[in-house]
Amino acid sequence: MKGTNLGEFEELVLLTIAALSTEAYSVAICDELERYTGRSAKLGVVHAVLNRLEEKGLAKSHLGDASATRGGKRKRFYEVTHAGKVALMRAKELREAIWRNIPGFNLEGSI
Amino acid sequence: MNKDPQPPQWATAFLRWYCRPRLLEDLEGDLYEYFIRNVGRKGLRRARLTYWLDVIKFLRPYTIRKIEPLTFLTYFMMLGSYFRTSRRNLVRNKLFSFINVVGLAVSMSVGLLVIAIVNDLRSYDDFHEKRDRIYRVITHHQNDGNASTDLASTSIRTAQRLARDVPGVENFTILRNGFSGDAKVGQHTFPLEGTWADQSFFKVFTFPLVEGDPLTALKEPYSLVLTEKTAKRLFGNTHVLGKTVRFDTLDYQITGVARDVRHLSHIHFDALLSFASADATMGKKQDGFYNWDNVWSNYTYMTLSKNGSTAAIQRALNQISAEENKALLHRKVTLSLQPLKDIALGRKLSNNMGPRMEPITLWILGGLAFVIILSACFNYTNLSVARSLRRSREVGVRKIIGAHRSHVLGQFMIEAVMIAFLALLFSFGLYLLLRREFLALDPHIPEIFKLDLSVPSVLSFIALAIITGLVAGFLPAVFFSKINALSAMKDASGLRIFKHIGLRRVLIVAQYTLSLVFIATTLVGYSQYKGFLNFDLGFTTENILNIKLNGADAAILKKELSEIPGVTRISHSSMVPSVGSMYGFDVKYRPSNTSPGDSALIWVNTVDENYLPIHQHKLMSGSNFKLRPEKGKESELIVNQQVLKRFNIGGRDPQKALGHVLSVDGQDLTIVGVMKDFHYGTVENKIEPVMFRYSQSEPWGYLNLKIAPTDLESTMGKIEAAWKRFDKVHPLKANFYDDQIEDAYSQFSMMVKVIGFLAFLAICIATLGLFGMVVFTTETKLKEISIRKVLGASEPGLMYLLCRGFITLLAVAALIALPATYLLFDKVLLTRFAYRQPIGIPEMLGGALIVMLLALVMIGSQTARAARSNPAKILKSE
Repeated sequence: MKGTNLGEFEELVLLTIAALSTEAYSVAICDELERYTGRSAKLGVVHAVLNRLEEKGLAKSHLGDASATRGGKRKRFYEVTHAGKVALMRAKELREAIWRNIPGFNLEGSI
Repeated sequence: MNKDPQPPQWATAFLRWYCRPRLLEDLEGDLYEYFIRNVGRKGLRRARLTYWLDVIKFLRPYTIRKIEPLTFLTYFMMLGSYFRTSRRNLVRNKLFSFINVVGLAVSMSVGLLVIAIVNDLRSYDDFHEKRDRIYRVITHHQNDGNASTDLASTSIRTAQRLARDVPGVENFTILRNGFSGDAKVGQHTFPLEGTWADQSFFKVFTFPLVEGDPLTALKEPYSLVLTEKTAKRLFGNTHVLGKTVRFDTLDYQITGVARDVRHLSHIHFDALLSFASADATMGKKQDGFYNWDNVWSNYTYMTLSKNGSTAAIQRALNQISAEENKALLHRKVTLSLQPLKDIALGRKLSNNMGPRMEPITLWILGGLAFVIILSACFNYTNLSVARSLRRSREVGVRKIIGAHRSHVLGQFMIEAVMIAFLALLFSFGLYLLLRREFLALDPHIPEIFKLDLSVPSVLSFIALAIITGLVAGFLPAVFFSKINALSAMKDASGLRIFKHIGLRRVLIVAQYTLSLVFIATTLVGYSQYKGFLNFDLGFTTENILNIKLNGADAAILKKELSEIPGVTRISHSSMVPSVGSMYGFDVKYRPSNTSPGDSALIWVNTVDENYLPIHQHKLMSGSNFKLRPEKGKESELIVNQQVLKRFNIGGRDPQKALGHVLSVDGQDLTIVGVMKDFHYGTVENKIEPVMFRYSQSEPWGYLNLKIAPTDLESTMGKIEAAWKRFDKVHPLKANFYDDQIEDAYSQFSMMVKVIGFLAFLAICIATLGLFGMVVFTTETKLKEISIRKVLGASEPGLMYLLCRGFITLLAVAALIALPATYLLFDKVLLTRFAYRQPIGIPEMLGGALIVMLLALVMIGSQTARAARSNPAKILKSE
């Protein structure tokens, strides 16, 4: 198993899963990511990341109910596992720790 | 909108094929969702394209199905189980196994033979090192007003131009056929035939020399290269380098000994003479030897240089043709290239060297073999599906334990392939027999084919078995894999096995149609062939023995032969008509001195005064030759009615035509007799204009002996003895005219034999299959029969009930087959023969009746047995 380090995109996807709560399946995640970042999120990329997150144990999935809109195919819903939550928290804390150590950083000064 | 847009099926199938089962469902759904979205945004076509691209993009390591060693292991273990159940089934149903294995083995042996034939033809000339770069220059000869001819031969001029003007040619060589002479070695004389070849011969072709230098062996005039076989024949050993062989007055020095030419070579020679000798003996004396339009007996082969292109050479050849054709009047000669590998298996060319078979013939042969094998496969399919009742339980259990559809499919395919392999073993034995028969079919066949086993042929045999098994097993496998496990276990009779009865009927009808077509073809073909042999040629061929002469004046022989009591009369002729060979002259006729005249090609035979009486040609007017002039000084001519018709001589009246003069080859000949039309060519062609010229002696022609039919043996012995005294070098070549005619049509007899054999096989296989079906049907209906009997049905009534279905099928088959065969002959096959026999009713119906009778006897015997069975016993046993 690879380490539980989060890449940037992985982190974004994991956060999106958390944000979507019960509606987190691949297509919705893509749409949500697009909405947040303004960049197009390709299904192929997202799907691969979801798969990797699951492999790392940061997310888990289950199949939902069939619906006619998808040609009768079920959706795979993702949710963040405990390990995932820990990883997200760690990433956030890490950032904040570094932020705190930057003296006098503000956006206004840099303009 | 009648239907929602659907993503491309193939893409989905591909996705399902490669994707891991765990990921598949939601991924498919995702892609579908995107697809629907794209249809709205970009239109259906773009959406479909995107879907395809996405499916391909998802082909990543984490999505691809893992090949698990465990799955392999299960398959492997199951293989053992499949093998065991198949074996048990084979043993349990001996009749069905027998029918299947025998049918497949018999049909596959034909397939093996066709494979061996194709393999032989494809490996022709494979031993040449530069085989991929060797090309033959072939000629298209167009004479104004005549049909054009394609020739394998070219002019020597072509080769000379090739040397100077064409880039990209690595080497070229000239061959010339037709050397024939008596080789004198010491005191002995041997007839020897040879081929002229120039010094590059061994550079282009790979014919290894045992002795001598390949680079210089054919350089000097009067050099001779013998094969080992010829060297042994002439000298008794192969160490003959430097020795001389005398032909007439010329000494040839042996400069090389070549290994014997391999069997599968289109070039065959006993001896090679340097082309410089041809130049010295003929080129310097004959006027037209090097002419551009002398395209009849020389062959030019070339090797392309490693980076040369055929297109460039073709351009150069076109240019050469254009330049040289300027000097020709009324005719055109154009050249093209033919790859070495297309010679044995390519299109028809005049003056071709070596054997040749058109691909279409092979396709037909292969097609026939395919049809026969297919018929045997039908048997397998039919019987397996019919027996499905007995095996549905097994399939049910397998499915309940966890077999997928694909597993069951695989199992039955494997079983079919196994049976096919079992059949392959038997069919190989049959093939060995068949090969011997095939090679003995015609004396020419062993010259063309060897039919030895080779790696490619053995691999093809195995491939044939696998393919046959898959074809035979496909339908039963699909059928079994569709069986519903639950219903199979609960109530086997609920399985609707008779649902597929339509398919089985179609297969039986197809088999019988095929058999009937084959047998009708055989009988009609045979009657046509007999018709050719007994055709009234317009003259008699009975008891005439033709002896081939070898260039010596036969006056002494003639005298000796005429003293034999069995020989009644002897004549000379330059050729034997009506057996396929033809010789012609351009003949000119001027109705009056002022008119320009008309010329035409007239076929010719040069004969003496005894020829007409011996062959009983009927004279319409005039008489036989009266004068007995020397060679070249004759003035008389006898023609047939067609000549009068062609030139409109004397208003086509035989009486008035006498005395008219035809100019033949610059000689003015007067018509002294008009013959009734007769067949100079074979019966395939229409009767054409023919003339007889006079000659006392034809040293290269034939002696025609009228033999008394009594005591043939002693007469033949005496003729042989007389020949031996006359010519010690050449063996006697004497044939009865009737045999020669039979020989001329040997291809037809061969075809009839082959088709007849196939007919026999097709009938055997169809009969076996039908037998199996009848046995099965009566067995399954035994209970029904018993109940009917108890209720008072009569035996004939029961038999009728059981037979009815099969008889209808046979009738349908006959209704399809007979008209089809009639049309095939009437509209296709016989149209190319000018004189054909009418297609008789007995031939058409005879075969059909025999086949029907056979089938009826079989059905009858089985159904009678069932109808006669004791109902008490059968009903009790359940």
